[in-house]
Amino acid sequence: MTRLAPRIADGMGRAFLALILIFLYLPIAVLALMGFNESVHYALPFEFSTKWYEALAGNERLLTASFNSVWIAVANTVIATVIGTMAAFALGRFRFRGRTVMQLLLFPPITIPWLIIGTAMLVLFFWTGVGRGLHSMLLGHVALSLPYVIIVVGARMASFGPELEEAAASLGATPMQAFWRVSIPVLMPGIVAASLFAFAVSFDQFVISYFLAPPGTSVLPVEIFSAIRKGFTPEVNAISTLVIFVSMGIMLAFARLSKFGGER
Amino acid sequence: MSVVEARHVTKRYGEVRALDDVSLVFPEGKFFALLGPSGSGKTTLLRAVAGFVEPEEGEILLDGEDIAHTPAHRRNIGMVFQNYALFPHMSIFDNIAFGLSVRGVSRADARERVHKMLELVRLPGMEQRKPRQLSGGQQQRVALARALVTEPKVLLLDEPLGALDKRLRQEMQIELKQIQRAVGITAIFVTHDQEEALTLSDQIAIINEGRLVQVGPPGDIYENPHSVFAAGFLGDANILRGRVEGDVVVIEGAGPVAARGALPPQGSAAVVAVRPEKVRLSGEASAEGVNRIAGRVLQAVFSGTSVTYLIETALGTQRAFRQNAGERIYGVGEAVVMEWSREHTVVVEE
Repeated sequence: MTRLAPRIADGMGRAFLALILIFLYLPIAVLALMGFNESVHYALPFEFSTKWYEALAGNERLLTASFNSVWIAVANTVIATVIGTMAAFALGRFRFRGRTVMQLLLFPPITIPWLIIGTAMLVLFFWTGVGRGLHSMLLGHVALSLPYVIIVVGARMASFGPELEEAAASLGATPMQAFWRVSIPVLMPGIVAASLFAFAVSFDQFVISYFLAPPGTSVLPVEIFSAIRKGFTPEVNAISTLVIFVSMGIMLAFARLSKFGGER
Repeated sequence: MSVVEARHVTKRYGEVRALDDVSLVFPEGKFFALLGPSGSGKTTLLRAVAGFVEPEEGEILLDGEDIAHTPAHRRNIGMVFQNYALFPHMSIFDNIAFGLSVRGVSRADARERVHKMLELVRLPGMEQRKPRQLSGGQQQRVALARALVTEPKVLLLDEPLGALDKRLRQEMQIELKQIQRAVGITAIFVTHDQEEALTLSDQIAIINEGRLVQVGPPGDIYENPHSVFAAGFLGDANILRGRVEGDVVVIEGAGPVAARGALPPQGSAAVVAVRPEKVRLSGEASAEGVNRIAGRVLQAVFSGTSVTYLIETALGTQRAFRQNAGERIYGVGEAVVMEWSREHTVVVEE
């Protein structure tokens, strides 16, 4: 009896974990599977076919939208990570007027609904003449991802004091050498995690992109949305499956390389 | 070997003076301790020498040249930090070679010098380890090797042994001193631990509230403290307050006490200090010509080789420290007379 109780608890724990994974992955599995189903109406029995992937290869709109999504996400990741890391370094290492206020103002945009931010950006870009288009989407995405980057890199920054940079200085390193050879490598796990956030914020972004997309131009989430409205075809499953595998691949590669923000 | 000198150094943080007109000479090749309670300004002074704190007033001279406003990386100073501050992403080799690498020393030369350093700190063959794979004591040695490999003019140590446990700390104290002697470098170290200051240093500066309290060799400060603070911070002291009458200090409840050195003017208040180990205990007043107070044993802490007594007297609780060398050990509640001689009675400032 005494040995049974921990075994039951252990079993329940495993079952719970399995349920979480099923809950997360079952919809994705269904979606991926239906991309290979012959029937357009998801009819069963399942008949294997690659015809939706062939159709996808001919679907100019969907491919262009995917391409737009990828380059905006990549550009956003680079810009937001660089600017955000510099900001996190400044906020973490220098004392200047308005620093606390700036740090506090970073948090609210994360909780403001994207619908409201999207509307605000649309109005602002209209007024200032920036207009709609891929460039304004990129601007919007950078603004959205910056707080995430600064907070994630800033958390890593807070995990070590200025002693490391001081040690480098005492050994004769210029501030630049100390930054590149000590601060950046130590921050790297945080920077990698932050860049993943930035990529995800942009790549998953529907609301802002929808507001800022001019007629005729679009990104993948917006295109999928309009495809669904017009009449759903399993091509969408096909492109979604590709996207899922590519992004999961990137995530796993990063996770392996960086151990997700942990000590390297 | 180099000499460092602070001249009238003042550093303010808002209204607080972290350093208030401090002037000090750190002699060539000596181990110099900055001793003081936390917040006394001792760390600020060390950081001003390192270049991490810029004083508002005064000069910091390194071999005669004012470096008070020179950036840290151009000072050629080695520093060991309280928590070692080893670069976590680098191997031990890269940590120690860092200072050489930013100076453009070739990797082959660096390899040889790092190797020598690791032998000096008795960690040969550790080149490829990462800092987190090393114990606290080992990390401490690596930090020392890293600070010394560039042959700096001065070695600065910020509470270098604070994070180690007691036994390791005592071991490292001896080793640190040996290495400092072998290299022959001028060393300045900050500590709040009086025992560490006494064992390690050739010179001690006691600092309190941003001001210099007293400077001198450990034995000199210990035997001749100038102030109540110095007497109490470096070692234990019984402090007795009285008034000068003739050539003695008359203390109410104890009688006349003869002291060494010059007394304050007739009739003015005077404070004298006496170290607990200088006090003898007897059951009744013995010879003439000695200072004495009668009291009662409040506590007797026996530790094998010695006994520490707390004795209740008319002047409050006083201390006596006796070696267990065959003399009688008094028990709690016994009446005793504390006696000590004139040479061991020091006049101090309040």
